[in-house]
Amino acid sequence: MTKKLQSIISKLSPAITLAIVVLIWAAATGFDLVPSFMLPSPQSVFEAFVGDFPLLMQHAAVTLTEAFAGLLLGVVLAFVLATLMDRFNLLYKAFYPLLVITQTVPTIAVAPLLVLWQGFGMAPKITLVVITTFFPIAVSLLDGYRCADQDAINLLRSMGAGRMRIFRYIKLPSAVGSFFAGLKVSASYAVVGAVIAEWLGGFEGLGVYMTRVRKAYAFDKMFSVIIFITLISLLLMWGVTLLKKVCMPWEKKEKEKK
Amino acid sequence: MNISPEKAVLTAENISKSFGNNHVLENVDLTVQSGELVCILGVSGGGKTTLFNILSGLMQPDAGKVFLRGEDITGKPGKISYMLQKDLLLPYRTVVDNVALPLLVRGEPKKQAREKAASYFEQFGLSGTEKKYPHMLSGGMRQRAALLRTYLASDGVALLDEPFSALDTITKSAMHEWYLDIMREIHLTTLFITHDMDEAVKLSDRICILAQKPGKIVTEIPVTEPRPRAHDFSLTPEFLAYKRKISENLIV
Repeated sequence: MTKKLQSIISKLSPAITLAIVVLIWAAATGFDLVPSFMLPSPQSVFEAFVGDFPLLMQHAAVTLTEAFAGLLLGVVLAFVLATLMDRFNLLYKAFYPLLVITQTVPTIAVAPLLVLWQGFGMAPKITLVVITTFFPIAVSLLDGYRCADQDAINLLRSMGAGRMRIFRYIKLPSAVGSFFAGLKVSASYAVVGAVIAEWLGGFEGLGVYMTRVRKAYAFDKMFSVIIFITLISLLLMWGVTLLKKVCMPWEKKEKEKK
Repeated sequence: MNISPEKAVLTAENISKSFGNNHVLENVDLTVQSGELVCILGVSGGGKTTLFNILSGLMQPDAGKVFLRGEDITGKPGKISYMLQKDLLLPYRTVVDNVALPLLVRGEPKKQAREKAASYFEQFGLSGTEKKYPHMLSGGMRQRAALLRTYLASDGVALLDEPFSALDTITKSAMHEWYLDIMREIHLTTLFITHDMDEAVKLSDRICILAQKPGKIVTEIPVTEPRPRAHDFSLTPEFLAYKRKISENLIV
């Protein structure tokens, strides 16, 4: 009984923490401890969200399109690059520093350049998402390839397998786990990347909405869009976890045994 | 047992290999005849695995040649089936897909390979494990699955590197019985490595003792006890006599 209670509490604990934070927030604004123009109350944020719901959805569609297109291109690019880099050591040496550089250059500095080169449409946003998402995936894939069991590779060689079959039967499945770890990080970057790109020029998207409400000092709307973006990112990460479970059925059964 | 060259399936001639100044193998000669079970006995780290890597074609020898039924297969993998020290069942493939792997590597279609692999499951005592993942199996079962995979990979000749060393004594003993039975059914010519004298005498037709530094086969001891061997063979004076003969030769 107590064990059951303990497990319920441990499952609910994040929800409880969140509820407490919202309560403190409601109290701080309700008792006028913080002026409402600095911190809007939870109710007004919720009302702002409901009031602007159709508009938010319209902008979200644009941002999500950019995020998905960028993430998809990022995954494809990362897969091709990491696979080639694993196959040819020269490519590994040539491209690895470049990969790191793309990560160290601040996004916010690259975005205006992309707008300058690619205009105010979706292209610069997608490009920025590609730049931010492909690195975690490429690095984790490379890592996964390199961690493949050398003895398992020798076993396949002793069966007469060539590079392609070794890749298909050993390297690729060995890297699936780390690929999803990278994809999870990238999924959380994707929406944020698109929003940042929209700040710096564009006509549609949640980033554009954000810039507009900030300029109008509509902080309740500002808060509602921030929370909305967070929720979308969480949903995307959860989607990745779900996809991972489908793609790695052996992991699930391993846990069941324990 | 007389070694007649006509019946030889696997022949190694003058195999030498060194890593830097470490002469791991020096002029190793070895012949295995069809249907024979030959054991390489030696201390750990004495070049047994290196010898197997060369025989399987994974490693090139510094000198010497390997022949399979007269064909030179030195440095050509894919000709002799090789079971490495770990069972190496891939955790992300079901047992049947693990076993079917050598067939897939040879280019057989997936469905056909699976069916062929599954058809051996009963004989190998693996019924009901087809759709399971390797981690759900016991050590003995995993070893059986790995042996079946090795058998399907083989063209009649298999190398086994300490196939039973990871098992506990009781399981090991049961696996020996099972292995001798299955060997009679499948007629697999086998060369296996061990550092366990009891295992060597119990299973082999011939025991080759590999001395260390430089690695060289110093003695061959034929085990003439007829097959099927009695369950209590390991408790007889003859068994002890074989062991004595091995220990006399093993001290380098």
